[in-house]
Amino acid sequence: MNAPLLSLRGISKSYGQIHANQAIDLDVAAQSIHAILGENGAGKSTLMKLIYGVEQPDEGTVVWQGQPLRLASPAEARRKGIGMVFQHFSLFETLTVLENIRLVVPGRKAELAQRIKTLGQEFGLEVDPLAHVHALSVGERQRVEIIRCLMTNPKLLILDEPTSVLPPQLVEKLFDTLRRLRDGGVSILLISHKLEEIRAICDQATILRSGRVTGDVDPREHDTHDLARMMIGRDMPAPISALPQSGGEKRLEIIGLDHKPDDPFAVSLSGITLEVRAGEILGIAGISGNGQSELAALISGETVLGRDQRDRIYMMGSDVGRLDAAARRQRGFAFVPEDRLGRGAVPEMSLVLNGLLTAHPLGLLRHGLVDRKRAMAFTRDCIRQYDVRTPGPDAEAGTLSGGNLQKFIVGREIMLSPKLLFVAQPTWGVDIGAASAVRSRLVALRNEGMAILVISEELEELFELCDAIQVLHHGTLSPRLVTRDTKPEEIGRYMIGAQSLTGEEHA
Amino acid sequence: MSFASGSLLPTMVRRERASLAATVLAPVLALLVALILNLSLYRLMGRDPVAIVYAMLLEPFMSWASFSEVLLKAGPLLLIAQGLAIGFRAKVFNIGAEGQFILGAIFASAIPVYFPQATGQWIWPAMLLFGAIGGALWASITAFWRVRLNANEILVSLMLSLVAAQLLNYLLLGPWKDPNGFNFPQSVMFQYDAMVPTLIAGTRLNVSFLITLVLSLAAFVFMQKSFSGYKLQVGGLAPRAAGYAGFKQGSAIWLSLLIGGFAAGLAGAAEVAGPIGQLQRSISSGYGYAAIIVAYLGGLHPIGIVVSALVMAVIYIGGDNAMVSANLPIAAVRVFQGSLLLGYLIAIAFVRYRLEWPKTAPKAADRSPS
Repeated sequence: MNAPLLSLRGISKSYGQIHANQAIDLDVAAQSIHAILGENGAGKSTLMKLIYGVEQPDEGTVVWQGQPLRLASPAEARRKGIGMVFQHFSLFETLTVLENIRLVVPGRKAELAQRIKTLGQEFGLEVDPLAHVHALSVGERQRVEIIRCLMTNPKLLILDEPTSVLPPQLVEKLFDTLRRLRDGGVSILLISHKLEEIRAICDQATILRSGRVTGDVDPREHDTHDLARMMIGRDMPAPISALPQSGGEKRLEIIGLDHKPDDPFAVSLSGITLEVRAGEILGIAGISGNGQSELAALISGETVLGRDQRDRIYMMGSDVGRLDAAARRQRGFAFVPEDRLGRGAVPEMSLVLNGLLTAHPLGLLRHGLVDRKRAMAFTRDCIRQYDVRTPGPDAEAGTLSGGNLQKFIVGREIMLSPKLLFVAQPTWGVDIGAASAVRSRLVALRNEGMAILVISEELEELFELCDAIQVLHHGTLSPRLVTRDTKPEEIGRYMIGAQSLTGEEHA
Repeated sequence: MSFASGSLLPTMVRRERASLAATVLAPVLALLVALILNLSLYRLMGRDPVAIVYAMLLEPFMSWASFSEVLLKAGPLLLIAQGLAIGFRAKVFNIGAEGQFILGAIFASAIPVYFPQATGQWIWPAMLLFGAIGGALWASITAFWRVRLNANEILVSLMLSLVAAQLLNYLLLGPWKDPNGFNFPQSVMFQYDAMVPTLIAGTRLNVSFLITLVLSLAAFVFMQKSFSGYKLQVGGLAPRAAGYAGFKQGSAIWLSLLIGGFAAGLAGAAEVAGPIGQLQRSISSGYGYAAIIVAYLGGLHPIGIVVSALVMAVIYIGGDNAMVSANLPIAAVRVFQGSLLLGYLIAIAFVRYRLEWPKTAPKAADRSPS
């Protein structure tokens, strides 16, 4: 075997008490697609930052093309031939593709435009150099990012969760591009936690768990089960199966809701229609930023409808559009918001006080005073039942990891035994073990007759959970699609919308 | 945050949880720093620091008479600060307690001014109640515009304090001027029944101090035990969490300002119905602003505020002593207050943050081999 393109030995990095990377060894071969696989918090991002020169390792050596390498900055990394595409794009929306690229790559406009076109044809990265970035779809923006990296002729391209923003059709197209790049001589380091994708495209996979390497394998020789075990350190719990249910009563009904938010940068919603019945889970799919947070706030009551908007939102059979969040909760509504810190929980307050936030109607108050004993008992229950890892009920919410705080909030809302439960992004930033625990809990509640509404970016999750799915795109909602009669590609078509779909085809 | 290795400056690192030790130590440290700073300043001015320390910090405790003056001074500071702290915890910044104090004094004075011949033990309680209502009404102007138009409550309440001072001037120079007062801008002296009864014979300390202590206890129960107080704190710490839980922001603003105005108005009433005995221009001597310092020095905690109000009152009384006995300029007390607040604001950062000094070159030995 040839000498590796990039070789890491004994790389460690700590932030205070947290050992983000410990003694990492990694070899990336020339002309290969190499996956870095791990749960959230396993140390993937830290490792990439070290390789790309954003941060410097505390210990260990890096060898690049046979030479020892010490990077002081990403600019230096780019000069040495290492490029990176971040999960969140760094493009100026008001500039054209060409102008964005010229910020990084010097050259005459006509030449650059020509190179953009050639690169695009060669690697399947078609994009109009003169288009303004704000008018591009997410997939196209990602292509611009990749092209911008390719303009500097890198030998290694790092991609951070590149598929998390893409609908299924475009994932396949991206993979095609990556294969062509590899065959063209560029090695690719792909960060992901999606096992199927990694098996589909990668030549080698390095698995991280709690900052250490726990496996270095050819992913094509292992099934997802094996990979998952290396990733989380134990077997995946079997998903709980949904009992067939026949239509219960309507617990949430939205009828032709139009909403134009005060914030000019928020997404307007138009003609939103949906219903959730007792004993079913409805999923709202779609890429974030298509009106999810606006819709969530309208359902939760954090945004209240105007006087002229009657008969738009019904909960448990009555018009709640003009009621605030507290009044909707009184009717048996509970909500897990997508941001936990600062919305679902107060970071500076203890878990006991955070339990009080929405669970106070469960007899935790007496004559307007907080009944400390009962609040404490409630919090302890929640911590135990939902396996929240914390020093105790007096720990501040801000010190919990994202996954544990999510378990606490989900637990708190479920313990309210609501008639209608609304969960936005149930497993964002939650590790696989906790995520599957949350999902099975939701299915169990559905089987007991709760009405559940879920907003999620993860299609797999929605397919596992939901009886029916509707897709939110540019503030409009697709018709109801029954999950078992629907293919992910269909959802994907709705996710990119009919208009940009034609745009993708000519590209 | 990352820092370049090799830098010698420490970085601020967020603590896992607020440090109780730092919470208690911060005001003590601030007091020490302010003391050292000011004493050096007096030294530079050629005054004798030992004499000043004696006059400022010891003399107030040397006799019952002077200590009762400390308590008398602490009363309004304590009352106003308790009210303000509730709003500050909810991040409603009522900076206009001075104006609410003045309105309290005006409202309370209306009774003896219009009914100078009235007698009966109902007069002083009615005056206190009137004053509290007056302060709350003045604060409600700020609350109304904040809720209705999102007008910044800091600016509105502060500017209303200037309006209140002019209103006081108008009354004292016009309709309420004592006809037999040799044209001095002051009202008539109030009748006996308009005065709050004194607590201890021979001192000026009166029943309003007891009321203040009872209200401090109420503030403690409200902030630390009650659900309404909890809701205010959630609104202050994480407004979006308050919205999520359905706690109304508008009611938090109203409640905060009304409580602050009520307390400041009551303090103003107790001042005219107590040690002063008439409505004057100089009824306040800056209580409304000093109370802001008191509230923060006390960590916005009802018990802490009791301590900080006493400290501040000692500085006032001791400063007066030092002005006389050690020939300190009149601004010295203000400078002391200012440096105290500044020191506290610096020290308070360490409640949530700690300093992390850069490690000397990482050694392989101090890490566990894996």
